[in-house]
Amino acid sequence: MVHTIEVAGLTLSVGNRTILSDVSFAIAEQEFVGVLGPNGAGKTTLMRALLGLVRPARGTLRVLGAPVAFGNPLVGYMPQFRGAATGMRLRGWDFVAGAVAGHRWGLPLLNAADRAEVGRVLELVDATGLAERPLRDLSGGERQRLLLAQALLGQPRLLLLDEPLMSLDPHHQHGVVELVRDLQRTLGITVLFSAHELNPLLGALDRVLYLGGGHAALGTVEEVITGPVLSRLYGSSIDVVRVDGRIFVMSGGHAMERDHHAHA
Amino acid sequence: MLEYDFMRSAFAAAGIVAVLAGIVGYFLVLRGQTFAGHALAHVGFTGATGAVLLGAPALWGMVLVTVAGGVGIGLMGERLQNRDVAIGVVLSMALGFGLLFLHFFTAYATQATALLFGNVLGVTMPTVVTLAALAGGSLAALALIARPLLFATMQPELAEAKGVRLRLVAVLFLAIVALATAECSQIVGVLLVFTLMVCPAAAAQLLTARLGWGVALSAAMALAQAWLGLALAFYTDWPTSFWITALSGLTYAGASGWASRTHRT
Repeated sequence: MVHTIEVAGLTLSVGNRTILSDVSFAIAEQEFVGVLGPNGAGKTTLMRALLGLVRPARGTLRVLGAPVAFGNPLVGYMPQFRGAATGMRLRGWDFVAGAVAGHRWGLPLLNAADRAEVGRVLELVDATGLAERPLRDLSGGERQRLLLAQALLGQPRLLLLDEPLMSLDPHHQHGVVELVRDLQRTLGITVLFSAHELNPLLGALDRVLYLGGGHAALGTVEEVITGPVLSRLYGSSIDVVRVDGRIFVMSGGHAMERDHHAHA
Repeated sequence: MLEYDFMRSAFAAAGIVAVLAGIVGYFLVLRGQTFAGHALAHVGFTGATGAVLLGAPALWGMVLVTVAGGVGIGLMGERLQNRDVAIGVVLSMALGFGLLFLHFFTAYATQATALLFGNVLGVTMPTVVTLAALAGGSLAALALIARPLLFATMQPELAEAKGVRLRLVAVLFLAIVALATAECSQIVGVLLVFTLMVCPAAAAQLLTARLGWGVALSAAMALAQAWLGLALAFYTDWPTSFWITALSGLTYAGASGWASRTHRT
């Protein structure tokens, strides 16, 4: 079986900071993996490394049976949402279409095949109607759907979603997770979905990749979200509390993942 | 009106520059870099006056210095592109130096006014040819980088992941903006470049959310404002630049009003 992602002895550094140190794991095809961990743990850095934007200090990274390649069309990417496009007076269709051949020089003219592709991905996320409206007028949840459509261009086999739930209310969070899970099943793709909180992902994910303290732990929720494993990752005493079907990771009596905006 | 040589040259120059400004300006507004465009015009003033002081044609001094300025801003990266204070300091100093160069070359009041506020009625046919060539080159370059420019503008991280060279595209675009501002300055002067580069583009983006229509509308409105402004100047004897700014301001106000009534703002 060809693993979708194979990581061996990986050390990733950004500037002087070592983000991940000698990490090894493998992710199988068509797995839905939730990537968790505090700010600065390496969720975004790992994704950038899988895209070929960050070169490993040591170790190897293989995606879909080959070494990581810059600009790999088989890898779809949904970056953390930045404010740049929020105020744009451009319609969603043009926004998504900009990514179809955006890496090639020339005029942004789309042929019939390209237009069909844009239509296809918009249809997949049920955004055909809202794509006619300017980005400025869209809600957070609607914009995330467009970003997801954009990541699906070119029929990728691996989707890297960097904190799609950020700044969404719980109702929209649920919608996005459901949508991604449906797409993952229908299209048969592997998904890495990073988030701050585990609970919105609980019903959808197959395994969890938990990053912390330069280490990583990959396994089912039962295997990874335990006091001993997380204490090792965080380097401090962690308790895991299960209440009413939901899971809370606690340190010193308060829930850890509330800490959205602090940077490690 | 069109029986006069100078009017024909003026219409040709204004037309060429307006279309260029409308198209380049659309991207400038989209990228939120309008202040950088404004600053480049001021820097161009220094280039023009410096050139005249050295005995060279003003246009080439302007082109040289604005392109260098544009590339400089682009190379500084995100840090300087959006730092309005830094840009403001640069442009004040540029105007100051321009004034100094003027001071050393004593023949100057009309030259200063022309540089600051434009002198489209004084444009000669050779200049029209130069403007056309520069505009053609700028538009060709813009056509070449349009796709990655748009992608990088809308989704810089995804664009980077797909192989777009963000820094290169940003620098190339600012060089094109620099050329466009140098050309605009010939028509409406250094201080009023905004009126052709930004107002029509901003109005177009209020009126339509579609990319293709937006660019076309921006160019069309800039052209209409430039030509109507010229015609009005001919018949009223009031300055051309005044009419162009008045028309573009009114158009923008109209677009803004229309947009807020259709809940687009």
